[in-house]
Amino acid sequence: MSGIRRYLMRKSMIYALTFVFAVTIDFVIPRLMPGDPIGVLLSRFATLPDVANYLHGYFIEAFGLNKPLWQQYLSFWNAVLHGDLGISIYYYPKPVAQIIKEALPYDLALLLPSIVVSWVVGNWLGAYAGKSKRFDSYLMPVFYFLQASPYFWFAILLAYIFTVKLGLFPISGAYGYGVLPSFSWEFIKDYLHHWILPFLSLFFVQLGGWAIGMRNMIIYEVEADYIRYLESLGASERLLMKHAFKNAMLPQITGLALQLGLIVAGNVTVQVVFSYPGIGYILMQGIMNQDYFLIQGCFLVIILTVLVANFTIDLLYALVDPRIKYAYTEEGA
Amino acid sequence: MLRVNDLKVYYKTPSGYIKAVDGVSFEVKKGEIFGIAGESGCGKSTLVNSLILRKPPMIHMGGEALLEGKDIMTLDEKEYRKIRYTKISIIPQYSLNALNPTKKIREIVWDLAKEHGYTDKEEIESKLRERLRMVSLSEQVANMYPIELSGGMKQRVVMVVSTLLDPKILIADEITSALDVTNQRIILELLYYFIKEEKIVDSIIFITHDIGLLDKIADRIMVMYAGKAVEIGPTEKIINKPTHPYTQLLLNSLPRLGINYEKERLQGIPGEPPALLKPPSGCRLHPRCPYATDICTMKEPEMIEIEKSHFVACHMYRG
Ligand SMILES: Nc1ncnc2c1ncn2[C@@H]1O[C@H](COP(=O)(O)OP(=O)(O)OP(=O)(O)O)[C@@H](O)[C@H]1O
Ligand SMILES: [Mg+2]
Repeated sequence: MSGIRRYLMRKSMIYALTFVFAVTIDFVIPRLMPGDPIGVLLSRFATLPDVANYLHGYFIEAFGLNKPLWQQYLSFWNAVLHGDLGISIYYYPKPVAQIIKEALPYDLALLLPSIVVSWVVGNWLGAYAGKSKRFDSYLMPVFYFLQASPYFWFAILLAYIFTVKLGLFPISGAYGYGVLPSFSWEFIKDYLHHWILPFLSLFFVQLGGWAIGMRNMIIYEVEADYIRYLESLGASERLLMKHAFKNAMLPQITGLALQLGLIVAGNVTVQVVFSYPGIGYILMQGIMNQDYFLIQGCFLVIILTVLVANFTIDLLYALVDPRIKYAYTEEGA
Repeated sequence: MLRVNDLKVYYKTPSGYIKAVDGVSFEVKKGEIFGIAGESGCGKSTLVNSLILRKPPMIHMGGEALLEGKDIMTLDEKEYRKIRYTKISIIPQYSLNALNPTKKIREIVWDLAKEHGYTDKEEIESKLRERLRMVSLSEQVANMYPIELSGGMKQRVVMVVSTLLDPKILIADEITSALDVTNQRIILELLYYFIKEEKIVDSIIFITHDIGLLDKIADRIMVMYAGKAVEIGPTEKIINKPTHPYTQLLLNSLPRLGINYEKERLQGIPGEPPALLKPPSGCRLHPRCPYATDICTMKEPEMIEIEKSHFVACHMYRG
């Protein structure tokens, strides 16, 4: 079997196992939360205790919460595999899948650009710092500051400076109250206006980490023997950087895979700060209201995105680094 | 071909200058293999690296190195870059790590050739394939990554890569020390073939700490001790009639056939090579030299020609 195939087989198995494990945890966690989800839902009927009592029994049955745990677990798996995420308790009777479908575009529009742009800019600045001592001493403290900032803290900082103090950007939502989502110029302008601060929060915090990683790798690679050899044979600065950059980049791709979970989590907290209606914000609503199904649904989507993204990165890595292919061919031989 | 005069190359460190090469003069003639021998740390690599790539902490403190009449110690960066690979090239001591692990051999070669103004990729690649065959490797190796090669193969590939643009002078720094005996012999034969039969390079500077190896391939030998040249001469003179006490010690430390080393212990060189941060006064060998006298501790011996093209720096041979 070819090296790449072996590698992919092994990776797929690891990912399948991770998925089963994560889904199980996803099932267990909300049920470990103290309190009664239906009670929260019925608090609206507090003035009508009889109705509330009746409805309580009805809903417990309807959501299957009276069944033994293992049965709930099995039907949960059954539902997951059929793409059925159940009905939200809090947004009753809206299906969880629908809520997520509405929220997801907001996440992607925040996450993808922030990851890509911060990765590219961070690597670029990092390589620059690694090359030039002068830049290095100015930039490194900034990188360290950014990297050490928690996402929510940085989001609050930006909100404080740009909204509270300067009044430049709105503080909550994905668009203003007066406008309706459409492809009009007006909406897009309004949308971007709301988008910029959450985006910058994600962008800057990620940027620091990428830049530091790249800077250290470049410094390491530039000292490597193969660079010295190229230089001894008359390679220009440009060619040396080209070779060093590619090799310094490889760990950064792995880094991306490792960081992805943290970035997605960062996205959740940033959305909470800016009341930005993506999965993160919905998840928060689910947790505050003990909405098992909503929580499960949100986590499931998060798990899936992280796994799929990681898998893509692993694939990419195998394609750009011959050592991976070779390691697996070697073993097979 | 190459004429080096009183070359001084130091390393700048926080505790002072390390005088790794301290006033060395020699000449490499066209068509010859010039061997340099000496203990580990005596400055062999520093000497040859300074010819091809000087960068901090290595600094040129004096002297010249004339290659085809031009002093490579004072070339500007652009000209210096141009003569690398085309005029002077190196198989470095770290050959086994010299190839970028994530590039195919032909990519590395093409990247380098482009830097020297080559524009015909097919020409370079077919030359690469031809040279790979010359060192008994498959043409396929051009398409491989360095990690797919064994140590012996890598050494041969680096040899091919380093000589692909037909440099005038090739530096070969300890190219056999990481190899087993079979591969050592193959590499030596190939090197010999490259210069004497194919005339791919004009001259070779061959560095080793094993002076016995030079007997087989070098035309002339320079023996170095603690940053200085102590003896230079034709191979048979140096090997059969060593004159400098250090050359004698070096040769005596070699294992010889027909001697039972169980009974007669192999004679190492007594004492330690000196630290080059603060080398001994006078003749640098005097603390370890069996013949040392007063003058040796005070005055540095000059290089003198004791017979035709045989030079020695030792007070015993004055006048
Ligand atoms: N980058 C460096 N910085 C400081 N000192 C160095 C550096 N490289 C080498 N030296 C010192 O310079 C001296 C000569 O080193 P060099 O590598 O030239 O020796 P060598 O004769 O090639 O030894 P070997 O046979 O072990 O390769 C040694 O004392 C070594 O410690
Ligand atoms: Mg050396």
